[in-house]
Amino acid sequence: MFGKATLFAAATATAILTATAASAATEIQWWHAFTGRLGELVAEQIETFNASQDTYTVVGSHKGNYSETLNAGIAAFRAGEQPHLLMVFEVGTATMMGAKGAIKPVYTLMEETGKDFDPDAYMGAVKGYYTTTDGEMLSLPYNSSTPVLYVNKDALSEAGLNPDMDLSTWENVGAALDVLAEAGHECPLTTAWQSWIHLENLGAWHDTPFATKDNGFAGTDTELAFNGPLHVKHIGMMGEWAKDGKFIYAGRRNEGGARFRAGECAFFTESSAGYAGVKKEAEFDFAIRPLPYWVTAAGAPQNTIIGGASLWVMEGHEDKEYAGVAEFLNFLSSSEIQAKWHQDTGYLPITNAAADLTREQGFYDENPGTEIAGVQMTGKAPTGNSKGLRLGSFDQIRGIIDEELEAVWSGDKSAQEAMDSAVERGNVLLRRFERTSK
Amino acid sequence: MQKRVTFHNRWLPYLLVAPQVLVTLVFFFWPAGQAVWQSMYLPDPFGLSSEFVGAENFTYLFEDPYYRASFITTAVFSTLVTLASMSVALLLAVMADRVIKGSGAYRTLLIWPYAVAPAVAGVLWLFMFNPSIGVATYWLKGLGYDWNHVLNGTEAMGLVVAASAWKQVSYNFLFFLAGLQAIPKSVIEAAAIDGASFARRFWTIVFPLLSPTTFFLLVVNVVYAFFETFAVIHTITGGGPQQDTNILVYKVFKDGFVGQDLGSSAAQSVILLFLVGILTVIQFRFIERRVHY
Repeated sequence: MFGKATLFAAATATAILTATAASAATEIQWWHAFTGRLGELVAEQIETFNASQDTYTVVGSHKGNYSETLNAGIAAFRAGEQPHLLMVFEVGTATMMGAKGAIKPVYTLMEETGKDFDPDAYMGAVKGYYTTTDGEMLSLPYNSSTPVLYVNKDALSEAGLNPDMDLSTWENVGAALDVLAEAGHECPLTTAWQSWIHLENLGAWHDTPFATKDNGFAGTDTELAFNGPLHVKHIGMMGEWAKDGKFIYAGRRNEGGARFRAGECAFFTESSAGYAGVKKEAEFDFAIRPLPYWVTAAGAPQNTIIGGASLWVMEGHEDKEYAGVAEFLNFLSSSEIQAKWHQDTGYLPITNAAADLTREQGFYDENPGTEIAGVQMTGKAPTGNSKGLRLGSFDQIRGIIDEELEAVWSGDKSAQEAMDSAVERGNVLLRRFERTSK
Repeated sequence: MQKRVTFHNRWLPYLLVAPQVLVTLVFFFWPAGQAVWQSMYLPDPFGLSSEFVGAENFTYLFEDPYYRASFITTAVFSTLVTLASMSVALLLAVMADRVIKGSGAYRTLLIWPYAVAPAVAGVLWLFMFNPSIGVATYWLKGLGYDWNHVLNGTEAMGLVVAASAWKQVSYNFLFFLAGLQAIPKSVIEAAAIDGASFARRFWTIVFPLLSPTTFFLLVVNVVYAFFETFAVIHTITGGGPQQDTNILVYKVFKDGFVGQDLGSSAAQSVILLFLVGILTVIQFRFIERRVHY
């Protein structure tokens, strides 16, 4: 009995001590959408930051996938329980921007807390997605990737093609698909994220608008514009390939990845962040190539745009907490952290310094192809058509695009019909969003 | 002669029904009222501003041909799920009712799938029928059939119906079995002595006597197909390919929790509320007349 009581007293004392020790540091809540390997890497970043100082403690919480995390953030804000930092995917950018009073732009945060902050340190093509037309940074780019072409070199050799052949244009890829299909290959080409790669990035890569008003950057009165000749030509060609069994549609997300990694598919258009998975699982010789473009279309190659997420600072917290948030954001942007993140995941380094550091460390020489995403994004200064997309209700618009593309792949609609219909349906949503964001 | 219970204290009866009334108020009338209220507004996602729009959310929906088409998809889906889950359950119940040895084991196994959450059921079926790695897809390929529910709408519908119905079979089975066991043996034995075959005994005696159970299950299953199958759709097809499996309740979720369009989402909930109300009235007015209690 006596022993138990002492033990209890000791335990209580320890608990109190730990509690005081913890409450000494200001807590910063960060809600993110990463699990698995990426979740571990996020936890590692947080631990490194917490260990590097004892004024602030960052607490990371996983809130589900991208959509669910955004939802959790919105619901929490409505209940007055919002975290300090919220991870929001690029598709939700317009929604967050419209929420004046719910968010604290990063440039304001840095001004108020007086932290050193140089927006020019960030890669133009990455930063552009999250800055206003006046160049003010609203959210901190966190994980950004861009689409590239993955090639199964063994499949090409088996079909009698030179595995190092020029695949920079869709014309050349198309010729390779013919040969592969001729040789009886069952899955010459597959893709992930069809709208992002084959419509949104297609436009940016060829300096052609996806939507009017600089893809929505210059105002919410933007209208979709991807039913022009370039987009229709590309989707029409993909539809032909689908009909001939040269393009295999696997699903709306990255379902095609499993087939490519298993060695079933010869070509795969996917995010540069798919690199870690391919490297880990592929038991064949693979290569990464830049996303192909149509040589017969003017404007290409311009630059591709990013996908991924950025970190938004939420309103309604105390000044000393915001000081911690600013410090943490600067920590995340530091070259060492970014270079490691870039090398571990295949996401782009968000600062030019991190890219230089990665090169100095010899990573690109040891892992050929990993530098392509960065080069593809930074080759040219972004134009109004290639800075990114800022469209309201964009998650839903992508859903509409997915539906219409499926109609093309199954042969139910022509490319022109499907794109016209997607534009018309999407514009209805844009007008509705325009009204709510006044 | 009617039995009437009389209370001596005039407040006691109200006190006794109060918990039920309270639960209904808090968990049904309040949220339903909120949905009706919200359906007349166009709010921004964060609830920072809200514009009164009257019936505009409703006209917006009915002007959308894809929303109107979703009614047909829902009708097809609900009918198939209800028919499939009830007929299979009845067949299994009749067979399990005749089992003499080891009936407990059979029954437990048949009830098991009910413990599976809809989302898990969806993932399970998705794995079996995954166009590239599914076991069932592989077998079908062996038989010369190329399964691809990612692009084939009929196959996608078949798959979500199968997954939704499979889960509900256990529940229906439980009620049918109980219903079967409540039928007096003497009636069936008398018919058997008169020389009625098993099929004849089933259709002229057992099935009519089961009608209260069948009617109850019909109502429950329609409500299930309308409201609780969303997780199955979400995990297997996401409403696709195109709009082929986009049922009304899934659109409520997509517009509300993916699109952050709470006004339209609320309007759709109100429409669903009325739809199910009408369906229930129809069921009680017209089908219940054929039920023998």
